[in-house]
Amino acid sequence: MIEEIFTASVFASTLRLATPYIFAAVGETFSQKSGVLNLGLEGVMLMGAFAAFYTVYATGSVIIGLLAALIVGALMGLATAFISVTLQAEQGISGIGIYLFGLGMSELLFVRLIGTPVSIDGFPRLYIPGFSDIPVIGEIFFNHNLLVYAAFLLVPIAAFILNRTTFGLMIRAVGQNPEAADAMGVNVARVRYMTVIIAGTLAGLAGASLSIALLNVFQQNLTSGLGFIAVALVYFGRWTPLGVLLGSLLFSFVNALQLQIGSIGVNIPSEFAVMAPYVITIIALVFASKRAEKPTALTKPFRRGD
Amino acid sequence: MKIRTVLLVVCALLLSVIPAVRAQDDVFRVAAVAPSATNDLAFSQSMFDALTLIDEEMGDAFEFVFQDGTFVVDDAAVALRDWAASGEYDLIIAHGSQYGAILEELAPEFPEVSFAWGTDVNTFGLENVYAYTAAAEEGGFINGVLAASISQSGVIGVVGPIEVGDAKAYIDGFQSGATYANPDVEVLVTYIQSFSDVPLATEAAAAHVANGADVLTGSAQMVVGPIAVAQENELAWFGTQSSQADLAAESGVSFQVYRWDVILRDMIENIGGGVLGGEAYVLTLENGGLEIQVSESLDEESASIVTETIAALTEGIVSGEIVVLPEDPMATPEAGS
Repeated sequence: MIEEIFTASVFASTLRLATPYIFAAVGETFSQKSGVLNLGLEGVMLMGAFAAFYTVYATGSVIIGLLAALIVGALMGLATAFISVTLQAEQGISGIGIYLFGLGMSELLFVRLIGTPVSIDGFPRLYIPGFSDIPVIGEIFFNHNLLVYAAFLLVPIAAFILNRTTFGLMIRAVGQNPEAADAMGVNVARVRYMTVIIAGTLAGLAGASLSIALLNVFQQNLTSGLGFIAVALVYFGRWTPLGVLLGSLLFSFVNALQLQIGSIGVNIPSEFAVMAPYVITIIALVFASKRAEKPTALTKPFRRGD
Repeated sequence: MKIRTVLLVVCALLLSVIPAVRAQDDVFRVAAVAPSATNDLAFSQSMFDALTLIDEEMGDAFEFVFQDGTFVVDDAAVALRDWAASGEYDLIIAHGSQYGAILEELAPEFPEVSFAWGTDVNTFGLENVYAYTAAAEEGGFINGVLAASISQSGVIGVVGPIEVGDAKAYIDGFQSGATYANPDVEVLVTYIQSFSDVPLATEAAAAHVANGADVLTGSAQMVVGPIAVAQENELAWFGTQSSQADLAAESGVSFQVYRWDVILRDMIENIGGGVLGGEAYVLTLENGGLEIQVSESLDEESASIVTETIAALTEGIVSGEIVVLPEDPMATPEAGS
């Protein structure tokens, strides 16, 4: 029974399911580290997913589709930054506004420009000579499309930027004590603009990973709450890219496991199986939050002289 | 000042009276609310397509408004109440079993307005409520027989939303049909507990494929994901609720299509005759409310075999020779024939 449950396909499915979470949550880590909560991630993902899908649908090029998602994500990040940093709007509320905008606009554009679900040729699975054919290991690690690898590659890059670069130091300073950072000559607004744009760009990429790499279809509300889970994963991961990676893998693994349990007909009510990833995430979140290093200035707008 | 006040009062009175007066013309007006998009290739689209068909048939004598994507029941309640209070609509449709409680509360407040809801057969004992549902197990049975007949591996994957309503009926019928055709077939069923989670539905289908499934089916709007899995792996796909022939262009075999227009015509006629409700309708193969469409992508020989099989099974089900859901949950050839 154990062998039937813990198959190579479950682990491969885990990596696929984790991909959009990693992109979105690592991006959100940048944003939150600098003190800006972006609850609108889901809406940005939807817009990125649609932009990528429609571009591939119209041009046939996944590269141009990817670029479209990055640009749309960056623009929505810019809009979010303008609202949160320049206008200093309440971040939770404005985030919901961004989400609703993305939800509605992606649906409107989909209905107007495409009309009905169609499939496209997205990023193909990469065959890596010598690796893809290795039994079990090959199926788990070397049978994915380019964006799956890119997501995992992003984690050490993000960790390096946040922990080993001057820009990372500025991000952390702005998130912990913006007044002190400002006194040291750091342009708080500029840093926050950059992190929120990074978050938007990666959220657009997360959406693209769904619509032109993992699913190759688009439908209204395609992300189905995935962006909100990504925000929770940032807390789960204690505002570190590695923590976000572990959280994404855990959540996705439990999800893949429950699908496998359902598929092979293990007699567990499907309601319990589906609940499992969320219950485990909440439990982990409770323990993680006790030792969490939350950015002190998270959700607090910065006004010079306050 | 006094004249202005009197005018304002008169205007206010007129405005309060006008909505209560139903549009006095020969146009039959329908308002419908549905949980997902009109292009979902599933439940909501089936009703939208039916209303569009009626609209084409009746021309200027028919109008409809359709509020889709209203999964939040409270949002639907606002729309339903506004429509009922406006007095402009001859029939108000709440297309989703989650709207039942609202309708049970709302309908008695507007006894002159006709309501319809589904999928269910409960009219709450109200004379202005029609209920409707689909015997989805019938088409599920036919799809199941066909699926088991073409499966080389003897393993079939099913991705369902929540284990209720017509989705459950379809999947139960599908399992029964598959076992009817091949008692040794293995039908893998996963309910993902969501009607809209495409990524999860996609991985559920991928899990079935990894476990040996070479034929897939599913119900609800999230099946666009499993269809993509079928297309990618060149597997056969069987659909329900609406035609998914365009999306499943290379993998589709047959689709059970809900023809709500069959019952809508009857409702329109009844309402015209002053009967506002009190009746429950069921779409069946017999009354033409369920239609099994064959994918145009099949070659001529395959299409012919599939069409003949559908015709024979339909005849058996309609005549009662084939029991789609016998008391034993899994039909056997002995039990069914």
